[in-house]
Amino acid sequence: MKNWPLWEVFIRSKNGLEHRHCGSLHASDATMALENARDVYTRRMEGVSIWVVPSAQITATNPENNGETFEPAMDKAYRHPTFYELPDELKHM
Amino acid sequence: MNNNLIQYIYGIADNSLILGQRLGELCGHGPSIETDIALTNISLDLLGQTRSYFQYVAKLQGNGANEDTVAFLRLEREYKNVLLVEQPNTDFGYSITRQFLFDVFHLALLEELQKSKDEMLAAIAKKSIKEVLYHTRFSSDWIKRLGDGTEESHNRIQTAINDLWIFTDELFHQTDADKAMIAEGIGVDVTLLKINYYKKVSSILEEATLQTPSIEYFQKGGKQGVHSEHMGFILTELQYMQRTYPNMTW
Repeated sequence: MKNWPLWEVFIRSKNGLEHRHCGSLHASDATMALENARDVYTRRMEGVSIWVVPSAQITATNPENNGETFEPAMDKAYRHPTFYELPDELKHM
Repeated sequence: MNNNLIQYIYGIADNSLILGQRLGELCGHGPSIETDIALTNISLDLLGQTRSYFQYVAKLQGNGANEDTVAFLRLEREYKNVLLVEQPNTDFGYSITRQFLFDVFHLALLEELQKSKDEMLAAIAKKSIKEVLYHTRFSSDWIKRLGDGTEESHNRIQTAINDLWIFTDELFHQTDADKAMIAEGIGVDVTLLKINYYKKVSSILEEATLQTPSIEYFQKGGKQGVHSEHMGFILTELQYMQRTYPNMTW
């Protein structure tokens, strides 16, 4: 079991919302990863749908490059759509 | 009739209580954090079902009985669980095999109990069945993984199956309470579940590349309250708090 690969778990809390990353776990294959995710992450009615993805399949940004990757966006407030009036009916923006 | 009903409910609920207690022993000791949580989830499902049954028994008994007195204050001979569920967690293979051999039976029992004329029992069965469907899926999956896994996992799960097989026949023995409750349209005739049980178990074992044991000698006694040497130790731990601090609550 020490050699089981790592999986990332994504859970949708209710229909209409998106899946959100909620953690990771070990499992020998996708079926076991789903069952483990059910037991570890949905014991308190957290979800209606589960996705699992092998962690090795995720390509991530390198924290060492955070400067050039993220900082250029920090002083560009005009990119936020905060200058628009949002209708009250619009949820989850 | 009331006493037969109470004895009948013990025959069902004590299986869930003792198996739940056995699985609870694994809390913090599972082979991995994921299987640890899965097994204790199953334990909590079973104890939750036990509570429903025992609340009903306490109501039938009256005289100040409650679910705790029913669960904790009986003597060993008064527990009517089958021998299978009290067998120890020798290793993960034994825990999974015990679970699998019980789950297949439990599911078939609840499917029939849903049709009981006793509305309370039918309702508990209906509520429990989704949990037990998952238990069956979980334990069957592990039987297949271990059976069709490595040479070591195959040999160890086969050993567990051979050792626990002698406790399967008792699942289908009829007690006096069973007979009385079947006559009332309340109880399930477990003898009718036997053929399908062995068929289903064998087909999963076959899929797992495991041998179905051909053992002709079976153990029995739990349903009459005559338990194996393990039962006293389980009850000592289970009853400790209520025996040491009578009537204590959280």
